[in-house]
Amino acid sequence: MEKEILEHGFNFNRRRFLSRLSLGLGSAALGSLMIPDLFGGNSTDEEGFTPGIPHFAPKAKRVIYLFQNGAPSQQELFDYKPKLREMLGQEIPPSVRGNQRLTGMTANQSSFPLVGSFVDFKQYGQSRAWVSDLFPYTAKIVDDLCIVKSMYTEAINHDPALTFLQTGSQQGNRPSMGAWLSYGLGNENKNLPNFTVLLSRGVGNGQGVYSKLWSNGFLDSIHQGVQFSKGEDPVLYLRDPEGMDRHARRDMLDNLAKLNDMAYQEFGDPEITAKVKQYEMAYRMQTAVPEVMDLSKEPDDIVKLYGPDCLVPGTYAANCLLARKLSENGVRFVQLYHQGWDQHGNLPFEIAKQAKDVDQASAALVTDLKQRGLLDETLVIWGGEFGRTSYTQGKLTADNYGRDHHPRCFTIWMAGGGIKPGMVYGETDELGYNIAQNPVHVHDFQATVLHQLGLNHEKLIFKHLGRRYRLTDVSGKVVRDIIA
Amino acid sequence: MKRFFYLIGALTGFMGMMQACQTDSATKADDAKLPDVVSYNFDIRPILSDKCLACHGPDANKREAGLRLDVAESAFKALQENPSAHALVAGKPEVSEAFLRITTQDTSLLMPPPSSNLKLSQREIRLIEKWIKQGAKYEKHWAFVPPQKPALPEVDQKDWPKNEIDYFILHKQEQKGLKPNEEADKERLLKRLSLDLTGLPPSLEMMDRFMADNSPNAYEKAVDQLLKNPAYGEKMALHWLDLARYADSHGYQDDGYRTQWPWRDWVIHAFNKNMHYNDFVTWQLAGDLLPNSTKEQLLATGFNRNHKITEEGGVIPEEYRIMYVTDRTDLFGKGLLGVTMECAHCHDHKYDPFSQKEYYRLFAFFNNVAEVGIESVIGGPETYAKKPLMEISDKDVKDILTFVNKPDTNRLIVSVMGDLDTLRKTHILNRGNYDAPGDVVEPGTPEAILPFNKNYPKNRLGLAQWLFDKKNPLTARVYVNLLWQEFFGKGIVKTSGDFGMQGDLPTHPELLDWLAVDFMSHNWDIKRLVKQMVTSATYRQSAVVPPEKLKNDPDNVYLARGPRYRIHAEFVKDLVLSSSGLLNQSIGGPSVKPYQPAGLWEGATSGRGLLSTYNQDHGPSLYRRGMYTLIKRTVPPPSMAIFDASNRDLCEVKRLRTNTPLQALVMMNDPTVLEASRVLAAKLLQENTADKDKISKAFRLIVGRKPREQEVEMLTAYYEKETKSIKKPVAEKAVSVGEYPIPGNVDKTKLAALMRVVSTIYNLEETITKT
Repeated sequence: MEKEILEHGFNFNRRRFLSRLSLGLGSAALGSLMIPDLFGGNSTDEEGFTPGIPHFAPKAKRVIYLFQNGAPSQQELFDYKPKLREMLGQEIPPSVRGNQRLTGMTANQSSFPLVGSFVDFKQYGQSRAWVSDLFPYTAKIVDDLCIVKSMYTEAINHDPALTFLQTGSQQGNRPSMGAWLSYGLGNENKNLPNFTVLLSRGVGNGQGVYSKLWSNGFLDSIHQGVQFSKGEDPVLYLRDPEGMDRHARRDMLDNLAKLNDMAYQEFGDPEITAKVKQYEMAYRMQTAVPEVMDLSKEPDDIVKLYGPDCLVPGTYAANCLLARKLSENGVRFVQLYHQGWDQHGNLPFEIAKQAKDVDQASAALVTDLKQRGLLDETLVIWGGEFGRTSYTQGKLTADNYGRDHHPRCFTIWMAGGGIKPGMVYGETDELGYNIAQNPVHVHDFQATVLHQLGLNHEKLIFKHLGRRYRLTDVSGKVVRDIIA
Repeated sequence: MKRFFYLIGALTGFMGMMQACQTDSATKADDAKLPDVVSYNFDIRPILSDKCLACHGPDANKREAGLRLDVAESAFKALQENPSAHALVAGKPEVSEAFLRITTQDTSLLMPPPSSNLKLSQREIRLIEKWIKQGAKYEKHWAFVPPQKPALPEVDQKDWPKNEIDYFILHKQEQKGLKPNEEADKERLLKRLSLDLTGLPPSLEMMDRFMADNSPNAYEKAVDQLLKNPAYGEKMALHWLDLARYADSHGYQDDGYRTQWPWRDWVIHAFNKNMHYNDFVTWQLAGDLLPNSTKEQLLATGFNRNHKITEEGGVIPEEYRIMYVTDRTDLFGKGLLGVTMECAHCHDHKYDPFSQKEYYRLFAFFNNVAEVGIESVIGGPETYAKKPLMEISDKDVKDILTFVNKPDTNRLIVSVMGDLDTLRKTHILNRGNYDAPGDVVEPGTPEAILPFNKNYPKNRLGLAQWLFDKKNPLTARVYVNLLWQEFFGKGIVKTSGDFGMQGDLPTHPELLDWLAVDFMSHNWDIKRLVKQMVTSATYRQSAVVPPEKLKNDPDNVYLARGPRYRIHAEFVKDLVLSSSGLLNQSIGGPSVKPYQPAGLWEGATSGRGLLSTYNQDHGPSLYRRGMYTLIKRTVPPPSMAIFDASNRDLCEVKRLRTNTPLQALVMMNDPTVLEASRVLAAKLLQENTADKDKISKAFRLIVGRKPREQEVEMLTAYYEKETKSIKKPVAEKAVSVGEYPIPGNVDKTKLAALMRVVSTIYNLEETITKT
């Protein structure tokens, strides 16, 4: 099969684009189904195209974003603060808290006692990064990770914070990061959607996810995230009705195409031929999607790597394995959401289970991509929407406590995609409340992600209702220190 | 020296003209004629904006030579570099430095500089020349000048126009060397009309009647009949529900259920009784403030409470209250005034003449509501509306609010407007932050649009009066344009939510103004306006796209052919239900939960509240019109979203219109379509007719016209082939889709085969297209 990258829209720079990427489409199985240029859904209304993409040579081609929905506590996972243990039960000094606004859940609390992690930390790898005992698998791959401890955001509630991280704005209706990348870079694969979403849920306190988080906003709906779900219909309406086999569907589509062609002869409207092409794409997706979703053929060592849960559809582990397959097949942006990280109370019990849910499979994904030689061109991101407070929410007892939302600092990690491996970036103060060094704003993070994909965040724009919109709104600086 | 430049300029202009005369009039129409009077707004400003203002515009940091060309004083004053010269001298291009610099052959002096890669066309140069000759008059932005009713333009093809609209459309076509299409054939015309006025395909009976009616006013009769159909109110309501961001859940993270649907029932009712636009909007903005306000007027104010309301424990109440007021203000700007006020939420507007202070003056009108940022966390029926609210009793429904389709005797509450007794102070919020209040402001309106009349009360009622002040330049234009968009596919101003500087210019400004003034002088009568549009010759043209029109006017800007595009998501469903005979025609009431792929709500919920699991409805509720499908904001109905329906998060005045493989999957595999195919097939099989007739009938019901011979043959052959190839057990499975019962006396194999044929017809491009 001839290797090629098929992209949507960007004809002028295609040659240069092609010459700069080492090309590769993973699956030969999809090869026979490849027909160029059919996933380019058309719209009568798209405007404001940005010429000259990519803006510079990209390091990464694809992104897998392991979103930890609900905001994992950095104090129990990556941000080791022995001082908090020493000061157990003491009031957080007002000088540290400053004028930080509080959520309605702790605003009326009369006391803000500090609490350290219930779990121990150790240093790992050549980078000597601190990782808690809750993450034994992640600990083993720290030399592949860039751990950023100095992320901060502007929102203190889940909905606006999630929306901010995914769309660059706290208010709805803007395109999400995956939609922007799809718009900016087009499609490598003509049988699968460019931006896919996988959901899973842990046992911890749940917070909803919202389809607006994978919205195309004002971009063409071809850039919308397509949710792949467990079960027989992994993409909505994908499965043909009972009794309709491939052959019967083909027959139906052939008849349909002939009838549509008669209408074309009469009306001469190019929309008619465009419609026929979308039906053909749908037909190919009907084969390609179940193929990619089928994990039964994965060898034992892969199953072992991701853990036995990876064979249980709908789990985080299964979604991680699926993410690798989708990404390997050229899906530009694979977004996972794992719910259950909102530990306002009962933190020691819940977070241990949440951590167990995600630790092995997250690490396995990085290892798996690395062993396939795909980590260099795939940017993996792990993290939530904000951090959690160093003081306890609710009652502090000998073995139990909770933590409230905290926008001022949180930890994420990135791997691959031209990000420096084996690095810990940014520091918080000794109470883990404020950033002490190298703050990274959400827009800086987004600018960096786009940069790794060869996009200048100030130039990837879309004009809508007279305003030019960007993922990073009006700010954002690429964090050059973490780029390899 | 100056004389030399002038000569070159004149020569270039002359050569340009020579060239224009030689070119083909249809393809190079743009070069052939310059307007008699060159307009700054329409002809010059776009050129300046595109080619000049980057260096000679509002941005002081980028300005070259101290020269600004977007402001008259600066353009006419002595040049910084050469005080004896002026960029523009009214009436005299030959001494206007700007003109000399765009026509010089000295590339070191030429503007725009060659290094910018920008170049003025000959036509642009000639336009600028003519504009300067005519006095180089600057104008206020077109949309901020009240419309005047223009005279009807002269046309050559005098027998074409059917009403005033057509003179404007034809005049422009003739200028561009285009000719209108023939009138569409009657079948297609009726389908178009029926879809546009009711959102439903015409019934067989209506088709037969219309085809048989050869009277000259047959079409008009059909229009009147459809306008009287209660489905008209449902069709018209849809664009308003988008604009008013109506939904059945509160939004935000828990996204609990709300009972705002009685407001939606009122909207349908208002359109059906042809409430005029000024009253329609005044009630919604200020029904509670009207003298002797009625319950119906109060219900109308639900409009301003349709926004999202948080139920997330732990939010800061004031932050959210400010968001609600912001949402109302932005909707008022975008939906009713067609301007992007939201840009001035954090700073002075970058393009339009609205200051941040003016934003907060407008904000002040909506800032006195007796509401809190969070009233309750997600819970039971008492949380389905938030204060201020009204209760609708069974007696109300019997006596006054008869249009509210209340199905049971449960307590029914709706969020509506109601102000505090005291005045809440409105501050300018620095950078738009709720916790950074600045100066206190009084309620007021943007000066550039229309100053607020001192006689108006300084509340929402006064704001409504200001909105419908005949001197308000925007209100009528914006709504006329919205309706034009509904019937012709795109607005006369394509950016229907932005009439500001950055918005598109109207393609037919005189027509827009004529319609706006006519609309106002007929007391904002919506049905009359709709009728004007659909009875025009412009609307009635065939939608055939001749190759030369596709080439010269691919986007159909000049409307030399009829509108042809896919119908809205909700109407796709309506078409399927209606043509199969499944449609439940009841109007209004609580929203319903028809078939939906399993697990969507469950997979994305916080686990709290009534909407955490999807309990599908059964029976007649499955067959309600698409607009009654429950909209849970965080997980909107998937088949609707796939066809570009609004998620109702914020005010939306224009839907995208896309064509994707997911849409093909919906039409092929959504149980709604499959069940309708099966039900229609069963019905046809029970009729004592030939196979061909059954298929022709299905085709007529679904596509809205008789099939061609070739089409029937192909579909009949397909039917015969499927009848032979489908095995009995397969047939059993195939027909089991949907809950509607299968009649006992129907052969399952034939049913399965005919079902496939019907389903194929549903999948035709023409079926869900307005043709």
